[in-house]
Amino acid sequence: MHEMGIVLHLAKTLDETAEENKLSKIGRVTLQVGEVSGIMTDLFTDAWDYFKKKHPMLEECTLELETIPAVTWCDNCKKTYETVKYGKTCPHCGSGETWLLQGNECIIKEIEAE
Amino acid sequence: MKIIKVGASVTQSNDRDAELQRLQLKAKGQLMINLMSSPGSGKTTLLSRLIRDMKDVKIAVMEADIESAVDAERIEALGAKAIQVHTDGMCHMDAGMTARSLQAMDDDESELIFLENVGNLICPAEYDTGAGLNMMILSVPEGDDKPLKYPLMFEKSDALVISKTDALPYFSFDVSRCCERARKLNPQIRIFPVSAKTGEGMGELEAWLREKLAGWKAGGKEV
Repeated sequence: MHEMGIVLHLAKTLDETAEENKLSKIGRVTLQVGEVSGIMTDLFTDAWDYFKKKHPMLEECTLELETIPAVTWCDNCKKTYETVKYGKTCPHCGSGETWLLQGNECIIKEIEAE
Repeated sequence: MKIIKVGASVTQSNDRDAELQRLQLKAKGQLMINLMSSPGSGKTTLLSRLIRDMKDVKIAVMEADIESAVDAERIEALGAKAIQVHTDGMCHMDAGMTARSLQAMDDDESELIFLENVGNLICPAEYDTGAGLNMMILSVPEGDDKPLKYPLMFEKSDALVISKTDALPYFSFDVSRCCERARKLNPQIRIFPVSAKTGEGMGELEAWLREKLAGWKAGGKEV
């Protein structure tokens, strides 16, 4: 049910954007989803397709997903690396003093609407 | 069709609702604590102990579960105000659900309001509920490796309660290793090893809660 929760929040934010911009119909929404955001894109798309039919403004809205790669910063050797491949441990120096720089976001990049 | 650049987080509306809720509670001098953990970590047992020990503080509890009212009944039996919230299958509480629960409780008297979130170490960490503090429980039987598996929960929590310390002799839970792992994710996190059963460590936790409540009421910027 995690993905459905995110869809509900997305719809609420879209409703507000529509009101601000006086839109009646949204045809496309582009989302940027981080690789380690914990969102399962297949489930998310299913939840979206189920939900949009119940929401007149979004009825014909297609969902485009763009992936934001996950990048981790190593505080020890001051280098970055791919999070998904190496996890918490820096492949350059073996340190665990590492922080996620990007990859856990879920951002509405843009919408196409009338 | 025109293209509008939004550039907002999906949870933007939730974050705004949460901030508003926090300001409203602060104006009333009510500190809401979002209590998160796995199912069975002892959230209700810990709250029961706090209610018994801190009789001079007015405490209310909002119990969020998918089903049943057993938790709210346990709290009410101790004389504290409690409401049961059903999330209808949802795995977490968000700001809107919390706001509606607070409205339903209709309580301007309580000083400390615990939101007992759905038992889950994943989703609740992602949604700001409008609480002044986030507190999580990790019980000894769950193991000291949980910070490695559920980092976000540890990153978002102001305090970590290590519960069921009376069971330490029976499990290979290393408290110092757990603390080290949690602090690596969140250097500011306050850690309280407690046993709600024997009372061990409860004094430190209760003193911290009192200090935070006094700070919240004084209206400073920091909680």
